[in-house]
Amino acid sequence: MSLLHLAIISPFLLAIFIPILYKLFRNVHTGWFVLPLPILLFSYFLSFITITSNQESITESVPWIPALGVDFIAKVDGLGLLFALLITGIGSLVVLYSIYYLSKDKEKLHTFYVYLLLFMGAMLGVVLSDNLIVLYTFWEFTSFSSFLLIGYWYDREKSRYGAQKSMLITVFGGLSMLGGIILLYLMTGSFNISEIIDQAAVISASPLFIPALICILLGAFTKSAQFPFHIWLPDAMEAPTPVSAYLHSATMVKAGIYLVARMTPVFASEGLWLWLVAGFGIVTLFWGSFNAVKQTDLKAILAFSTISQLGMIMSLLGLGAAALHFDDVKNSFFGAATAAAVFHLFNHATFKGSLFMVVGIVDHETGTRDIRKLGGLMNFMPITFTLAIIGTFSMAGLPPFNGFLSKEMFFTGVIRIIELNIFNFETWGMLFPVIAWVASVFTFIYSMILVFKTFTGKYQPEKLEKKPHEAPMGMLISPIVLASLVIIIGFFPNILSNRIISPALESILPNNTIDVHITFWHGFKPELFMTIGVIAFGLLLFLTLSKWRRIYDLFPKKLTLNRFYDSGLEFIQHASNKLTKTYMNGSIRSYLVYIFAFFIFILGTTLAVKNAFKLDTSKVSSIGFYEVLLALAVVIGSISILFVKSRMTAIILLGAVGYTVSLFYVLFRAPDLALTQLVIETISVALFLLCFYHLPKKKNEEKVRFKLTNAIISVGVGAIVTLIALTAHSNKVFESIAEYYVKNTYTEAAGKNMVNVILVDFRGFDTLFEITVLTIAALGIFAMIKLRMGGGKKNENK
Amino acid sequence: MKTNDLILQTTTKVVLFIIILFSIHIFFAGHYTPGGGFVGGLLTSGAIILLMLAFDMKTVSQILPVNYIYMAATGLLFAGGTAAGSLFFNVPFLTHAFGHVDLPILGDTALHTATIFDLGVFLVVVGVTMTIIQTIGEDE
Repeated sequence: MSLLHLAIISPFLLAIFIPILYKLFRNVHTGWFVLPLPILLFSYFLSFITITSNQESITESVPWIPALGVDFIAKVDGLGLLFALLITGIGSLVVLYSIYYLSKDKEKLHTFYVYLLLFMGAMLGVVLSDNLIVLYTFWEFTSFSSFLLIGYWYDREKSRYGAQKSMLITVFGGLSMLGGIILLYLMTGSFNISEIIDQAAVISASPLFIPALICILLGAFTKSAQFPFHIWLPDAMEAPTPVSAYLHSATMVKAGIYLVARMTPVFASEGLWLWLVAGFGIVTLFWGSFNAVKQTDLKAILAFSTISQLGMIMSLLGLGAAALHFDDVKNSFFGAATAAAVFHLFNHATFKGSLFMVVGIVDHETGTRDIRKLGGLMNFMPITFTLAIIGTFSMAGLPPFNGFLSKEMFFTGVIRIIELNIFNFETWGMLFPVIAWVASVFTFIYSMILVFKTFTGKYQPEKLEKKPHEAPMGMLISPIVLASLVIIIGFFPNILSNRIISPALESILPNNTIDVHITFWHGFKPELFMTIGVIAFGLLLFLTLSKWRRIYDLFPKKLTLNRFYDSGLEFIQHASNKLTKTYMNGSIRSYLVYIFAFFIFILGTTLAVKNAFKLDTSKVSSIGFYEVLLALAVVIGSISILFVKSRMTAIILLGAVGYTVSLFYVLFRAPDLALTQLVIETISVALFLLCFYHLPKKKNEEKVRFKLTNAIISVGVGAIVTLIALTAHSNKVFESIAEYYVKNTYTEAAGKNMVNVILVDFRGFDTLFEITVLTIAALGIFAMIKLRMGGGKKNENK
Repeated sequence: MKTNDLILQTTTKVVLFIIILFSIHIFFAGHYTPGGGFVGGLLTSGAIILLMLAFDMKTVSQILPVNYIYMAATGLLFAGGTAAGSLFFNVPFLTHAFGHVDLPILGDTALHTATIFDLGVFLVVVGVTMTIIQTIGEDE
């Protein structure tokens, strides 16, 4: 266990104490106890920059399940560090913001911060694990904590819907990713990313290459809300705004991007990877920005904007992977796209984080996020307005903010792809710059909508729930920090290039020759003209928005992906309900029929297929008088049960059969078994009597009718059990363990009663779990009977 | 299930103690002769059931005001605790210890941690059986 491991698990450890702290210090906002941790972690991870900027990495390993090749290997390299800094840095700001956003009197703060810390630790685990199974475990933890956070206000129906949707989609992706991981293991024999990368040649030659690639990409695309899996992200906006800023824009949704970046050296040898990643990315970029324009909820605009920006980063990663196919000048030429991806990843976290916080402030201070109700807030919230301007202009790609720089680099990346002459990019590659440009126009439009519809125009006080005013200082600190970063990086982008971007690039494209030097002015190149075109067309379309807005109505409402998801979910529930009802009819008799029929079928077929039946009478001792007598008693007892009328008699007869069996044990000299059987029989008769007391009265005239199926099943069970008993006696496959117990019972366990020593000592584990199961069963019965009456309406009245 | 059977009630008053004493004997004897926590527990439950049959449930729960769920939980704690206790002595889970101790009155006695484990089993068996019977029996 190293300090690095401790850093990864520290959020989980703190999460344990949060509920206690919440209960002890009700007067202090719980957020203050959480805040120090991300700050501490952030400064801890900052210290790694000197190491990673020399293109080195640090690996610490703790064995977890060494037998299966699963070890908790923590590795800090450029890419992991970039994410770790984002997680802890944005995490600190979000926690600070949430302290002012969530009221300590009304909200259940302990659950909120427990979930948030769970997420933080899980996310750190995802980006710092070198072992894929560990990564997967943390990955699902992020889905899980995201589910809990989206459903934080679980009394709202929309929150529950959004939580379930995100869970279903991301867990579906997570499971296919697990499949991909297992396929990778089958090909390489290792779960460690660094070892898998070393064997990239083996993987690309394997027939499992394409299935693995698709499985891994499904995981990444669902997590990063790529088209057509993006539908969960807008619904995830039901989460409290600090959560949206943190999980659903800055960090968690970038886990998919992280995975694609991490896996690039493994898969990028094939054109399929380039096409899929770049293709889905560019489609998502367009679809997200196109749909953002029609939204009226501020957070919905941001959600679609996030989808679109994620698509942009994704497509850049796909295009940049082309660099791996060249090791000369062209490496640097195409790899520029990857540099843009990493740079934009960082920039997006800054401006989108601050925008979410701004929207949160607007929501908090006015009571609504609907742009049709908002307007003219500029005079009431000057600081928020300034922050919004910085954030949106950066998002729209306007100078002098950091978004402009990465947008220019994005254009460079997509233009250069035209010159790529492998994998058929020379034909369809032309589409990339075109779509990218159109999408950027829409990005410009929704950015403008976001800021100008909210802060300028007519002030409509009658539509607002509260009288708007500037947010408290504490709430403004976090967005101010982020907005300052937007400006600082805009002017001095190269403080990042050697410390953050280059090391991350080294992880994505090993041995690259990319020289990351970001400049403001490229000269009059196509990129600049594209930006100017975006601004001109964007302004034009923004001003004429009301005229062309109707094109959104042209899309048939029945064909949306959401509709598909909803009806699919409904269909699954309906169908499975129907299917279950066909056999779960609530009658114990039917269930017994299923169980016994299955029993006969499975054991009978096994006996027949394996040809296992064997009758060996050589070791059978002679049958004595008492045995015949007892056997007769059992047979007569059992048969007469069938013909008695009253239940009481049937129970007593069954008890008599049981007592006779215990006499058999006496004959075979097993006093322990005899004793136990005797007492068990007594108690079960009492239990039967009790239970049958509750059954509806049986009419005396009702005759027990003969049922052929039941007869076949009962005879079948009897026959199978007899056959198995005879076979078990005749086949001696293994040496009996009895001798071992005879020898060791006294020497090892100091007991003379072998049966009891086996129970408490040799097989104590069995006993321990058996009594646990017994207790669970008792609790189950207790709960079913005691709570049955209290359920439903009665419970609500209490 | 209200009963008023004088013969059964009178017999029960005597037999009950014999059964319980026997069950305690069986429990302790388990290590060397037939018996053990499981049978012992069942016997004790049998005794209590007999009491319930002779009198009625309400009377019995007044005589023995025991929460059987707690009893089962205590038993689990005993068994689990004995099993986990071995970890403190740096030996594998569920390793038992034993030895001979010279106790006053009883003389030379063999002591075994398995007895504590078995006591757990005893308590769980009584607790579980009685919980089930009591809940089903009280349900109208």
